[in-house]
Amino acid sequence: MHKDETHQHMHGYGIYLLVWMGLLTLTGVTVAVAGINFGALTIATALIIASIKSYLVLTIFMHLRIEQRVFRIFLVVALFFFIISIVLLFADYSFLIKS
Amino acid sequence: MNTQEHAVSHVHRDDIASRMGMWLFLFTELLLFGGMFFLYSVYRFMNAEEFHVAAKELNTLIGCFNTAILLTSSLTMALSITAIQKDNKRLSILFQVITISLALGFMVNKYFEWTTKFDHGIYPGSDTLLAKEPGEILFFGLYYVMTGLHGLHVVIGAVLIGVMTRFTIKGVITKDSFVKLEAAGLYWHLVDIIWIFLFPLFYLIT
Repeated sequence: MHKDETHQHMHGYGIYLLVWMGLLTLTGVTVAVAGINFGALTIATALIIASIKSYLVLTIFMHLRIEQRVFRIFLVVALFFFIISIVLLFADYSFLIKS
Repeated sequence: MNTQEHAVSHVHRDDIASRMGMWLFLFTELLLFGGMFFLYSVYRFMNAEEFHVAAKELNTLIGCFNTAILLTSSLTMALSITAIQKDNKRLSILFQVITISLALGFMVNKYFEWTTKFDHGIYPGSDTLLAKEPGEILFFGLYYVMTGLHGLHVVIGAVLIGVMTRFTIKGVITKDSFVKLEAAGLYWHLVDIIWIFLFPLFYLIT
């Protein structure tokens, strides 16, 4: 988007309303889908929908889309280590449970 | 913060650094809640069946309602920043007040939800709870700690926004200086994101 901006651009009211409707719709979807049993995919579906919702909140409500790039890099680094922790944790536990 | 004033009433400030500081703080919140989500995921992995049974006790309707409330409060928070950017002070204050009211609404729901649980004898250390399976005890332990800590964040967020409303009324937060409001907004949206994950993980495992 806009690079090297010194002062922040702003969002209008409209985009926030759109995102809000999107978030409510996704909440409806996640509730509707929760009743269906996809087996192991059930929790994955819930987490994917929650991630999409978080992405919308982060980029639009929290202005990351119009923020300087360094903010996005910071977030990606933080999430990277968060995901590493949980992957290693489960690598460990799935092994412990099986043995 | 450096508030060295120049002769022309020019106050030195760095809005980008202020927002960056807020983001760094939010990353520590990710660690705080992240640790609990790790705990939740391992316990659920080890006690899948019992988590399903225990989750049936939770009221999905209240959960849905509270989700809608928090999402809407995030909307009004974001709108209040746009309003102040457009120099519409009264509208900004109105949106902030709506945000605070929605936060209180969330806590009122939480109060009814928890007291209903207490009436059913489900609270940490109760005989009814201790008679349940170990996995169910873990589920309710996590439920109270995680939604409780989240609730505490909602209260803190509401107080913060209240302070910002006062600042807006007093003219500390203006069209040209609204980074404080933005920081409070970032905190509020984080509270929203945490709930976005808590809701399906606790209320929607059937």
